[in-house]
Amino acid sequence: MKFPIRIVPDGTNLPFMKWAKVRTPISLVLILLSFVLFFTVGVNEGIDFKGGTSVEVHSVNGPADMAKLRATVDGLGLGDVQIQNIGTENDVLIRVATQPGGEEAQQAVVSKVRAALGGGAYEFRSVDVVGPRVSGELARTGTLAVLFTIAGIMIYIWFRFEWQFGIAAVATLVHDAILTVGFFALTQIDFNLTSLAAILTIIGYSLNDTVVIFDRIREILRRYKQMPVVDVIDLATNQSLARTIMTSLTLELALLALFFFGGPVVRSFTAAMIWGIFVATASSIFIGGPILIYFNIRARPEKDNKLAKSDADKAGTTAGA
Amino acid sequence: MLYFPRWQVFGILAVVLIGFLSVVPNFLSKSTLASWPSFLPRSQIVLGLDLQGGAYLLYEVDRNEYIQKRLRDLTADVRRTLLDNPRIGYTGLGVQGQTVQLRIRDLSQLADAKSRLDKLRNPLNAGLLSAGSVYEFDLTVGDDGLVRFSYSAAGLTQRLKQIVQQSIQVIDRRINDLGTTEPSIQQSGDGRILVEAPGLGDPQRLKDLIGQTAQLEFHMVDDEISADQAKQTPPKPGITRFPDQTNANVIYEVDEGALMTGEDLADAQTAFDQQTNEPVVNFRLTGGGAQKFGQVTTKNVGRPFAIVLDNVVISAPVIRQPILGGSGQISGNFTVESANNLAILLRAGSLPAKLTIVEERTVGASLGADSIRAGIAASIVATVFIAVFMIVCYGLLGAFADLALIANNFLMIGILSALGATLTLPGIAGIVLTMGMAVDANVLIYERMREEAHAGRSTIAALDTGFRRAFATIIDAHLTALIAAIALFELGSGPIRGFAVTLAIGIISTLFTAYLVTRLIVSGWVRWARPKVVPL
Repeated sequence: MKFPIRIVPDGTNLPFMKWAKVRTPISLVLILLSFVLFFTVGVNEGIDFKGGTSVEVHSVNGPADMAKLRATVDGLGLGDVQIQNIGTENDVLIRVATQPGGEEAQQAVVSKVRAALGGGAYEFRSVDVVGPRVSGELARTGTLAVLFTIAGIMIYIWFRFEWQFGIAAVATLVHDAILTVGFFALTQIDFNLTSLAAILTIIGYSLNDTVVIFDRIREILRRYKQMPVVDVIDLATNQSLARTIMTSLTLELALLALFFFGGPVVRSFTAAMIWGIFVATASSIFIGGPILIYFNIRARPEKDNKLAKSDADKAGTTAGA
Repeated sequence: MLYFPRWQVFGILAVVLIGFLSVVPNFLSKSTLASWPSFLPRSQIVLGLDLQGGAYLLYEVDRNEYIQKRLRDLTADVRRTLLDNPRIGYTGLGVQGQTVQLRIRDLSQLADAKSRLDKLRNPLNAGLLSAGSVYEFDLTVGDDGLVRFSYSAAGLTQRLKQIVQQSIQVIDRRINDLGTTEPSIQQSGDGRILVEAPGLGDPQRLKDLIGQTAQLEFHMVDDEISADQAKQTPPKPGITRFPDQTNANVIYEVDEGALMTGEDLADAQTAFDQQTNEPVVNFRLTGGGAQKFGQVTTKNVGRPFAIVLDNVVISAPVIRQPILGGSGQISGNFTVESANNLAILLRAGSLPAKLTIVEERTVGASLGADSIRAGIAASIVATVFIAVFMIVCYGLLGAFADLALIANNFLMIGILSALGATLTLPGIAGIVLTMGMAVDANVLIYERMREEAHAGRSTIAALDTGFRRAFATIIDAHLTALIAAIALFELGSGPIRGFAVTLAIGIISTLFTAYLVTRLIVSGWVRWARPKVVPL
């Protein structure tokens, strides 16, 4: 094997545009599946958006006695309580749903749990209480942040490229965001603020990937005026392929390091990111570019006409003078 | 592109050097830093609560309770105003929802009533620059004699601002007395206060200190009745009822007007009662307070008065002799800690309104330490993974990219330190992710160089064009990532903001290291080794 290794062999020329028959149905099915999962099973909303209390305890003397722990916490009469191991056998996550009775009722949960599990057998690793009012606001600002990002990106692409590219880029990242939400519904990983952060990062990354390919498409369009658009897109995607794959791989390597060594706190975030980067890479190759075929990106009548017109005007004035 | 004027070389090296130097203070103790020469960077990264452990408490002013309290006060004021000479007859005075209502009996007195009541609307100081004044209450007077005060929306906004400012001062005084940790207290949005206490594993004491309004009042006791009696009969006008702290069945009927309030206190200290040896709180009154208290106690020897804290009677001692010295004692089944807390609360003054916790996040020190260890491990592993991968895929040029990557890591931590930014666990995740992004610029450049070399350019020209052509794309890629980082910053509180900050800093620092530092290295290498082919 030759060193350095080429992940994408030189002269790779894959007919991405021809794969539309396979690609489009796969994409649509995945989107549909994500929607079905989202509306049937739903995402496992964490306390950030649903409100409630989440307490992480660490059993000081060996593995936690789950049965006893469950009995103790159930005995407090707090309604819907989830108890599960996280990370090691010693670490337990206790989740209590929002209590009726406003903000102060949530505080009572903490005191009760602390009192019931106090006495040295358990160490309190973390306590999170999100009241009903704040959880509503977090859900709202979260949604706004995602919409704000998408709008910002559209404006940026519109300035930097033409509007067709803007729509294609947004379609791509909406696709990625939907599949990531589907991933959360499928795996039932806690969906909280950090998950939203993951989705936003994935959106940013998806766009980054797409933009690099778009840059190339535009460059080729300008250089080879006669090349059919299908070939332009294929050529640009192939030329960017090495970069697209290399960057995804380095990112995935970084994420794998985080997943395995970064501890339980960031694990769900990292899992979503690993999936998201994979989807974003695939979609920038298979969707972002190819979708442009539906728009007439070669003819840019407005700009070209304007340019031509002003040139003509100039010529006219010069001639007149 | 491969030629650098000398000043640029120095500039780039200087930035890298400053980056390295800014990292150093993080490995030094505070005392070593103190002896550090002043021209060297000395600020350290601040660890977020999720890494060093601590409590994050978000409080909200209880608007409804505050409004209700103000409406009750207003009711008493209305009664006093109308009963003043000449007396104006009224019926049905009371609080109804968010309003105070009453009906003037004699419609001929309506104008007089209106002008008198108008003074109760309470103009609020709306700040120096704003024209016109904001009133706390809106007043409507109907032709049929129906008078209605309602709490004005503008007044509420204004009041919330003042309440938050006052509360922050009071909380600050209360917590300073605690003396252990150094919490930060700040306004957070409309009517909210954020208290962050690093290193506090169980914030119960903190919550006890902040959660209490600590409104202290002394009232003359009129009667003592049982809870059942209280249910059956409404209180007489001018009389208020407060329950006993220890015995829920005992209800005190006291005169509505307070003899004194917490504002008359000059000092409060914990002590032990000489006879019972129980913890008590000794208080000293201000000059004016002492005079008032002296007069009242002289007039009422033999009668009990109630010490009321937040509408609960702590104790109701009988006045045995006039208290002229301006000091006294509060006893009432205290533990040492609860007596201490009360003394702190009384010294710090009362909160203008009740505060409720709407969000709490506490991280124990052990989880924080684990997170730091995990974050460092992940960073090192990620660096090694990426470094090896880059060398495997790009050989010598990959190694150059690795040097830039390491410079980037130092630069990022250096910038974070210099800014005194807060590093959170998601922030560390941001640094690790940035490493993945950092080599992206290198990948773009190197792939371009390969293409140019394949297209038949000379070695130097291929290297040069690679840098030139990739630039626009790198800028595009970085700017789009920056948009996401800004959105994340807007979205987030605490930890997620940390992620956004490291991501944003990373985007800028990688632009510098991947583009300038790598280019400088490649330029030096070209001059030194005079390569015949592009080694890709």
